[in-house]
Amino acid sequence: MANKVIVETTINGDPVELLCEPRQSLLEVLRDVLELTGSKEGCLTGDCGACTVVIDGRPVCSCLMLGVEAAGKNVSTIEGLATGAALHVLQRKFLEHASLQCGICTPGFLMSAKALLDRNPNPTEAEIRYALAGNLCRCTGYDKIVRAVTDAAATMAGRSSRTAHGGAVPAETASGMVSEMLAKGEDK
Amino acid sequence: MKLEGAGLTRVRPFVLMATVVIPALLRKLTNGQDRVTASGRNLGQVVADLERQFPGLREHLVEDDELKPSVAVSIDGEMGMAGVLEPVRENSEIFFIPAIGGG
Amino acid sequence: MAASTTNGFKVIGTRPIRHDGVDKVTGRAKYGADYAFPGMLHGKVLRSPHAHANIKSIKIDKALALPGVKAIVTADDLPKLPDKMEAAGEQAINLNHLSMNILARGKALYDGHAIAAVAATSSHIADEALRLIEVEYEPLAPVMTVEDGMKPGATILLPTLRNKEDGPDKETNVAAHLQFKRGDVAEGFKQADYVVEREFKTAMVHQGYIEPHNAIGIYNADGHATIYCSTQGSFVVRSLSAAVLGISEGKIKVVPAEIGGGFGGKTTVYLEPLAVLLSQKTGHPVKMTMTRAEVLRATGPTSGSTIRCKMGATKDGKLVAAQCWLAYEAGGFPGSPVGAGAMTILAPYNIPNILVDAYDVVVNRPKTAAYRAPGASNAAMASETVLDELAEKCGIDPLDIRLINGSHEGTPQTVGPPFKRIGLIETIEAIKNGEHYKSRLTGPNRGRGVASGFWFNVGLQSSATINIHTDGTVSLVIGSVDIGGTRAAQAMIAAEVLGVDVNDVRPTIADTDSIGHTDVTGGSRTCFATGWAVYEAAQDCIRQLKERAAKLWEKKPDEVVFENGMLSPAQPGGDLKPMSIKQIAPRLARTGGPIVGRATINARAVGPAFATICVDVEVDPDTGKTQILRATIAQDVGKAIHPAYVEGQMQGGTAQGIGWALNEEYFYDDRGILRNTGLLDYRMPTCLDLPPIETLIVEVPTPGHPLGIRGVGEVSIVPPPAAVANAIYHAVGVRMTELPMSPSRLLKAILKKRAAGETQAAAAD
Repeated sequence: MANKVIVETTINGDPVELLCEPRQSLLEVLRDVLELTGSKEGCLTGDCGACTVVIDGRPVCSCLMLGVEAAGKNVSTIEGLATGAALHVLQRKFLEHASLQCGICTPGFLMSAKALLDRNPNPTEAEIRYALAGNLCRCTGYDKIVRAVTDAAATMAGRSSRTAHGGAVPAETASGMVSEMLAKGEDK
Repeated sequence: MKLEGAGLTRVRPFVLMATVVIPALLRKLTNGQDRVTASGRNLGQVVADLERQFPGLREHLVEDDELKPSVAVSIDGEMGMAGVLEPVRENSEIFFIPAIGGG
Repeated sequence: MAASTTNGFKVIGTRPIRHDGVDKVTGRAKYGADYAFPGMLHGKVLRSPHAHANIKSIKIDKALALPGVKAIVTADDLPKLPDKMEAAGEQAINLNHLSMNILARGKALYDGHAIAAVAATSSHIADEALRLIEVEYEPLAPVMTVEDGMKPGATILLPTLRNKEDGPDKETNVAAHLQFKRGDVAEGFKQADYVVEREFKTAMVHQGYIEPHNAIGIYNADGHATIYCSTQGSFVVRSLSAAVLGISEGKIKVVPAEIGGGFGGKTTVYLEPLAVLLSQKTGHPVKMTMTRAEVLRATGPTSGSTIRCKMGATKDGKLVAAQCWLAYEAGGFPGSPVGAGAMTILAPYNIPNILVDAYDVVVNRPKTAAYRAPGASNAAMASETVLDELAEKCGIDPLDIRLINGSHEGTPQTVGPPFKRIGLIETIEAIKNGEHYKSRLTGPNRGRGVASGFWFNVGLQSSATINIHTDGTVSLVIGSVDIGGTRAAQAMIAAEVLGVDVNDVRPTIADTDSIGHTDVTGGSRTCFATGWAVYEAAQDCIRQLKERAAKLWEKKPDEVVFENGMLSPAQPGGDLKPMSIKQIAPRLARTGGPIVGRATINARAVGPAFATICVDVEVDPDTGKTQILRATIAQDVGKAIHPAYVEGQMQGGTAQGIGWALNEEYFYDDRGILRNTGLLDYRMPTCLDLPPIETLIVEVPTPGHPLGIRGVGEVSIVPPPAAVANAIYHAVGVRMTELPMSPSRLLKAILKKRAAGETQAAAAD
């Protein structure tokens, strides 16, 4: 008798039909069934947030949800944050502010930050820290992460864009193919 | 010794004397001295000379003809990466230190 | 010849986007657990439920019979290795102990010790199979503290363990005793006007990397194996896995995946040899990952410790003597960082009379592994708080007492050699003259604390290869895994020397077949040593470029100069136009072929570092909770190649130090079972627990290094616990001597002080 169940869901805007066992978490389904390995496993108990996805607008630890529970839902993962080859403002700001060191927590932070800015486009530093308290980072001490989210919020709201260390965009970050691409990315 | 012309040429001494600082727990083997002199052109020769002067010292420093894995050496402030082959200069100051790692 | 212009650096010191950045913010970057291979099986490890037990028997037939299970291995499937120390990169390792840690042989030595490993068609089936393995244990009394391990008549963990002092006939749990001595402490203390002596206890803590360990082993029928894993040292994985498996190193290729944090905890092996062994038994690739509980129970936290520190000063604040006694938990096998603790505890100070005794003690806890400046944070908690007390007794500002006694060039280190040029004083002055220290801290239950700390750096071996392509872009191949942005810094060094745009340099971190031997990314050595190799490899390119230009211009190579990225004739004038690398690149084929520059290094120079930190705290006197209001760290980095990632190292270490100070600890119950095996109860700082972390980069170049780089990755974790302890004292008047200073502990101390005050007041009535 077959163990697996057919699940119909939407991942990053695309309809997806997948097969999984009922005991598999959504995180496992994303990574091992759909090969979307951008969401990371850090603790499997919902404490570190490395597996954060956004489901119908809410940030969720995908390790705490079963794959079968995704049926009929809209699941957004890190793989859907950029638009084609254009990075989301949050992604650009994380790079500009050097908000990642090992990068394993970064997808989770970006998804939590996106969910925050979608519901609160002008958060204070305290609101940002509160919203991101469910995402653990061991490398950065969070300083540059908070700066990046603050800067992204300002940019998305059309306020002036500040750089990592306050002042105009220095020539050295403006040069190069990668930086050009970042500059061309559309503000969402 | 060579005589060249009217003057004497400075000749490198055949035997180089270096200062070796003895780790605290090994000073019982050196009559309590914390600094001793030893001769040799490289660290291996220095250790051999130390053993001649203070029998029993060598086995704490060298194993299978190489520095023990738990022992590192600092010579004049630089790490001696060549082990027993590390060259020793006249008046070098040699410290044997525990090999430690980072994270 | 230096490639930089007289105007200073063009690339070094700027903040370009890291080359792997886009992959990391889009989820494309592949970490070890992200790889998959056709026919891959999943491996899981059965772990001891006892802290200390003899293993009487292991029965695997029921588990093997479970459909989907393909192989099960125990220590009997590994060769028995010699019980002696071998050199392994940074330090010495006992291979027998390493092997027994990977799969227990005869005895379980800690809760979580690996007993057997299973490969099955899914990780869920592997988990079920673990439950079907029958192990007969004979539990023994657990030894959980250094005191229990050192006392006469202690239960012995390793019957063959001996130390030099007790001799060949005495069973012991003390694996080593080190001592450092200078002058005469008894005489020294006689000269002191004030003496402070305290005993400290620090709890075992974990590196806390967010990514659990992973390994994929692929064994081929020709006897060669490939390992994909997240590691800080691909060559370490190669040599240690080969040793544990009893095969030659040359039969193993290690492909380092991206790594999700290490901090020293991923400089050894746990799963890698098992994955290869299971692959050999099954003929399939085998993937193994750890759960968070396994990471906490059975990888390598750093030592809890007991430290006694006694320091004496004259009334004008001059330190005259210091005596320290340190005992660190090694875990189930010897090898705590107590030696480094002993060598760093007094490092920031010039003290004429010192005596330091250090003991490495085995206990029934996991075998410790390196954690960012291993051993030093424990030690600094002791010495930097004792010094704070002395400063108070002398009536001297705590930064000033550090300036009075601070180490500088020529100060003898505890371990002997005098320091070369170092930047401790500069970091203290940076804090003292900084806005934070000058600001007034007002309000009840608020206090400010400072502390300094020291960490070495190791040099060791690195290799670098630079290829110049036909379009003038450059590929840089190195062996140093990137855990914090170092690949960008390496590319910047190459770009600086070659005078090309940093985005025209493509850095690659190569597998062990594709790059020369490179020691771990750790020990604060990556930018220092690999950067040195990159610098030299770029110089090698320049030598070859000059030869090519000389050919084109029909000159001799020494008649060509390379400056600001341009080749030009030494004799100006004439119609020979200067060429950039981009311009000469299309002509390389006809002048001799491709240009590949290379260099290797086994670094002799040392670039140790100091940091000084200032923290402001507010303590809630009703709950004992400490909030960090403000933190500023000053660190001597030699030369900041990419300042943003240097700041990142300073901030990250500070954050870990604060967690170590306030919340993190291993809770073992009286059976020796770890009770906080998850990240809810192993409580690391969240975003909400920390303020912005201000950084002051100090640059005192390392003598002998072509760019002056110092080891930068570790020292920032050393002073924060002591600084927080000092701040708490100045906030609520209690001297904490135990880490962590969790709310319950601090509250207890506050209430005790209050009660003592009330008793005194009552007595006075």
